[in-house]
Amino acid sequence: MEQNYFHSVTLDKDKCRGCTNCIKHCPTEAIRVRAGKAVIIKERCIDCGECIRICPYHAKKAVTDTIDIIKNYEYKIALPAPSLYGQFGPSYTRERILKSLLGLGFDHIFEVARAAEIVTMATQKYLRNPDIKKPIISSACPAVVRLIQVRFPNLIDRLLRIKSPMEVAAALAKREAMAKGIPKEKIGAFFISPCAAKVTSVKAPYENNRSDVDGVLAIKDIYVPLLEKMKRQKADEDDGIGLSGSVGIAWAGTGGESSALNGGRCIAVHGIRNVNAILEQTVQESLEDIEFIEALACPEGCLGGPLVMENPFVAKVNLRNEVQRAPTRMSQAPLDDVDEYVWQSTVEYRPIMKLDDDMFKALEKMQKIDELTDALPGLDCGACGAPSCRALAEDIVMGNAILTDCIVKLREKVGELESEVEAEKKTE
Amino acid sequence: MGQVIIRDFDIPANDFTVAGEASSTVRKILVQLGVAPDKIKRTAIAMYEAEINAVIHGHGGKAHVEISGDKITIVISDEGPGIEDLELAMQEGYSTAPDSIREMGFGAGMGLPNMKKHADVLDIQTEKGKGTVVTITVYF
Repeated sequence: MEQNYFHSVTLDKDKCRGCTNCIKHCPTEAIRVRAGKAVIIKERCIDCGECIRICPYHAKKAVTDTIDIIKNYEYKIALPAPSLYGQFGPSYTRERILKSLLGLGFDHIFEVARAAEIVTMATQKYLRNPDIKKPIISSACPAVVRLIQVRFPNLIDRLLRIKSPMEVAAALAKREAMAKGIPKEKIGAFFISPCAAKVTSVKAPYENNRSDVDGVLAIKDIYVPLLEKMKRQKADEDDGIGLSGSVGIAWAGTGGESSALNGGRCIAVHGIRNVNAILEQTVQESLEDIEFIEALACPEGCLGGPLVMENPFVAKVNLRNEVQRAPTRMSQAPLDDVDEYVWQSTVEYRPIMKLDDDMFKALEKMQKIDELTDALPGLDCGACGAPSCRALAEDIVMGNAILTDCIVKLREKVGELESEVEAEKKTE
Repeated sequence: MGQVIIRDFDIPANDFTVAGEASSTVRKILVQLGVAPDKIKRTAIAMYEAEINAVIHGHGGKAHVEISGDKITIVISDEGPGIEDLELAMQEGYSTAPDSIREMGFGAGMGLPNMKKHADVLDIQTEKGKGTVVTITVYF
């Protein structure tokens, strides 16, 4: 498999009934139904997880690692996403969650929330640079980065060129462990994730760097074992296991990252369609005086990720509780050298929407697509397996579908054949 | 050979909620055609400004777009009041937009200068009381 097109989001063929729900909701039109089953077009998928949320038959799933993966390493570090704290009610405090997480077989915990605070500080410094063009768009959500990669080549230079909290956490946690004398190859760092896109960003990083994360575990997969451990975990003592301040914890929800920046006009956008709309405006340069855009693909941000357990609105209340309990100061961060957190390479434009490498051929194809779109019924019903009549026209011109995939066209054709047969009968 | 893609759009008067839709659609077409990103950017910005101007000043209008292998031509026409002093209107910061429009974040007097900056060729035909025709060309 080509490394570039690894995807976490995959299809369970047996469960798929070939309905039109996913094709209609995919923001990059990356799904078709062919021969009664959904097919994900790898080049187009951005792993946003919309299809996972929408599929009534749970036929879309995110491939993550199983807890067994940690056995491959001697020193096991858990990197819990702050959204984990929103999964449980008030009696399950952050300290209790973290201690129980250790009980699942980890040797050490490095809160991603702590790394988020470092990213906040690095971002503040980044935004102070007078030479950068604003608004700067957060790069914390990998689905958004990939959306920009395939749809908005002109916004690539607006991406915040700072590693995500997950990557910063993994790098720092490993460095700490190595300082204790543990050899690097024996250390494994595992992200506890609300998100499918994070899996992809670990296995096939968009900025072409190697990830420091060695495995990604879904919150929903560790939820039950964690809850069992927590029930046996006695009263909470504050023994310094939770090191992040409130700022880092708040990153799990919408507005967490942007309000942490303290000042300037920073906006928080969530839900992939809303993100798409704000990117449209950004590219037209019609956003007035906006300095920073926090853009998260999932509704309610990471709390609404496809791999969480709790309803995102309930999780929001749970998280707020933990934000209030946490110290307001940011955790001590080694920030002497911010450059360390800056991307070493860049994100590339992936022109996957392009019809042809040759502009003249692309024009010809576009013309044919226009003609076909006019000839199609315009119902956008999805029965052909493409999300809209125009998408079917594109598929036909690109050689991936035929006109009679359209059931309206098929009916017309059958009608024509019938009248031909009738006419022949009469002449006989 | 000589394929030309044509698109026509209506630009509704005083409706800011749909303003920008035409330029956004054109941008997507250019992405599909594989036009270089910086050309797409310049086209989209210039067209958006012209579209917004037609909404603010021209009581709405029409956009006619022709894309060929070597260039895109965008003709935005309105039947508005026309531009009284074109030379003045080309200056950065000069605006005749009413306060209500400015409060919405438009009418900063950057529309025409921005179009000039991003288009390869900008042609403006305007007649008082009759309307304005703005033609933007970007070469690929």
